[in-house]
Amino acid sequence: MFPIVRKKELNPNVTLMEISAPYIAAKAMPGQFIIFRVDETGERVPLTIADFDREKGTITIIFQIVGYSTEKLNALSEGDSILDVVGPLGLPTEYPENAERICVIGGGVGCAIAYPQAKYMHAQGKQVDVIAGFRSKDIVILEEEFKAACSELILCTDDGSYGRQGFVTQALQAQIDAGVKYDAVIAIGPVPMMKFVCELTKKYDIPTIVSLNPIMVDGTGMCGGCRVTVGGQIRYACVDGPDFDGHQVDFDELMRRNGTYRVREASCRMLRQADKL
Amino acid sequence: MPNMAMTKVPIPEQDPKVRARNFDEVTLGYTAEMAMEEAQRCLNCKNMPCVSGCPVNVRIPEFIQKVAEGDFEQAYVIIRSTNGLPAVCGRVCPQERQCESKCVRGIKGEPVGIGRLERFVADTHMKNGDTTVEKPVSNGHKAAIVGGGPAGLTCAGDLARMGYEVTIFEAFHVAGGVLMYGIPEFRLPKDIVQKEVQTLRKLGVNIMTNMVIGKVLSIDELMEQGYETIFVGSGAGLPRFMGIEGEALVGVCSANEYLTRINLMKGYKEGYDTPVLKSKSVAVVGGGNVAMDAARSALRMGAEHVYIVYRRSEDEMPARREEVHHAKEEGVEFLTLNNPVKILGDENGRACAMVCQKMELGEPDESGRRSPVPVEGSEYELPVDTVIMSIGTSPNPLIRTTTKGLEANRRGCLIVDEDMMTTKEGVYAGGDAVTGAATVILAMGAGKAAAKAMDEYMQKKSK
Repeated sequence: MFPIVRKKELNPNVTLMEISAPYIAAKAMPGQFIIFRVDETGERVPLTIADFDREKGTITIIFQIVGYSTEKLNALSEGDSILDVVGPLGLPTEYPENAERICVIGGGVGCAIAYPQAKYMHAQGKQVDVIAGFRSKDIVILEEEFKAACSELILCTDDGSYGRQGFVTQALQAQIDAGVKYDAVIAIGPVPMMKFVCELTKKYDIPTIVSLNPIMVDGTGMCGGCRVTVGGQIRYACVDGPDFDGHQVDFDELMRRNGTYRVREASCRMLRQADKL
Repeated sequence: MPNMAMTKVPIPEQDPKVRARNFDEVTLGYTAEMAMEEAQRCLNCKNMPCVSGCPVNVRIPEFIQKVAEGDFEQAYVIIRSTNGLPAVCGRVCPQERQCESKCVRGIKGEPVGIGRLERFVADTHMKNGDTTVEKPVSNGHKAAIVGGGPAGLTCAGDLARMGYEVTIFEAFHVAGGVLMYGIPEFRLPKDIVQKEVQTLRKLGVNIMTNMVIGKVLSIDELMEQGYETIFVGSGAGLPRFMGIEGEALVGVCSANEYLTRINLMKGYKEGYDTPVLKSKSVAVVGGGNVAMDAARSALRMGAEHVYIVYRRSEDEMPARREEVHHAKEEGVEFLTLNNPVKILGDENGRACAMVCQKMELGEPDESGRRSPVPVEGSEYELPVDTVIMSIGTSPNPLIRTTTKGLEANRRGCLIVDEDMMTTKEGVYAGGDAVTGAATVILAMGAGKAAAKAMDEYMQKKSK
């Protein structure tokens, strides 16, 4: 059992939980993930570790309520426990050597994972710029945390209700046009966002790391559900990733495969809501 | 006077049409009368050929003698003395290639139903026998087992009985390994596996779930924590794909994923959250036990057509004969001498057909099996919405890549000496992690041999 020691609503759809998991906290590195199972009937769901505290023995996860399992997780309160948490899984992020100026790009809840990356490299003394994109002002998360973890924070919203109006790709283009030279980009967010960031950085030949979120069951390299095509080869996000060279990833395939159970998930949610009525 | 019937006493089974739509156990097991009648077919041969066919050397004629006498509990004690998981072995061992293949009765007629009798004895013990277990006195030494599958469970049990303080580190949320995630409920009920695991707990074995060794702790850290000897039974890993076009389409998955969603995560049951592909028409590629399990599970999930697509002929199929027989009875369609060439998708990227090529048997290859040769111009489209790849796995890389001094061969299998010791002192390994995908009983045999060797190593070290 893994007790929830802190729970905080970051916006109506995104929740932060700090969980007591001493073994995982002792080993976690930026880029790695955990798999949780809320209760006996729950599914195994992967989530990237947003933060960890080795002394307190806790890890932090930040999740968006997107389906039944995250709804179930969000229904737990401080003091409750999650039945199973396993990790740290996957490989830690390999930061590009000699990269001095780095742009970390987060999209939506992906900012939760972009944040530890920025924090880590900022602490390493690198010059880190952060571009954080959200749909609108009311769902902005981690603004203060980001400010403390970078040299420049460019916040943008799709509807212009806060920060700069437009997509993260436009903000990145503006930086490049203004003459900023990035040695590397780390992009974490919805698959289409990562795809478009990579298309842009490829043009300018900027090495780009992405963190992928494919369907997964065991997380230890057994089920093959998380296979992605990278550079024309099958790679397993759980043991070879979840970070990959963004210029090599087949994002269209990933988007398609992530939709495998979408119809079922939607109908399952509706059925359960009907049950509650 | 022995029972000289040429055939085994038939074992009651669920009707094929009915069972093809439920997950209840297929084979119902012998009654006491049936078991005693079958036991009387054993000639009690002096040289016991059957025992030599058993990877854990169960004293077969002795236990069968006790069954014939109606002393089922004593029969259990005899089996249990060399086999840690009798209820499991009675159900999933390929007896026709092991003990029963050596049975003298099999020369003329059917061999004695050793597997069926073993299962009867184990089940009877679970139901009526004395299941209290005495915790052995500790010898003060700590042993760690990495992986709670058949190899690890067997090794843990044997070491615990010798007095070691044993901890199993299991990556999943429940111990059992392939017995939990791979083999379906209808072939091996999960509560039987958990009863066997419970017996280990009574022996004092500590089971830590959610612990992926190689990630959360390394082998070296386990040694620093005072584990003096370690057994690695981390099992098979990454599923293989064919490398053909269309494998990334929606509706294509590995047998491991399909079976794990159903067995471990209980995706087939109402009230469980894990989704499973709902299919109309399924092609399972491969001819092993895992392929049969996936095909039969697909039927039970409601598929109208389930095909086994296998590039050799039925004679070369590695699956247990009983599984092939059961699959056919239930309505799985066998497309042997057929090889997938590519998978076709619809406009939404979902699999809609598999192009297969007919094969014919040529000369024997290095495995001794006649190798399949494609028939020119024989390609055709098989309409399917799901393709399940069941063509094997390669060993899990997590431990070998994180442990200094642990060497693996070209295929990624851990290298061990004749005592099952790896290239790292005090660290032993066995099961699929060493052999590549094999059977439950071979893994158990390895766990058993390793436990013995680990004890000898500790004795020497203590001197």
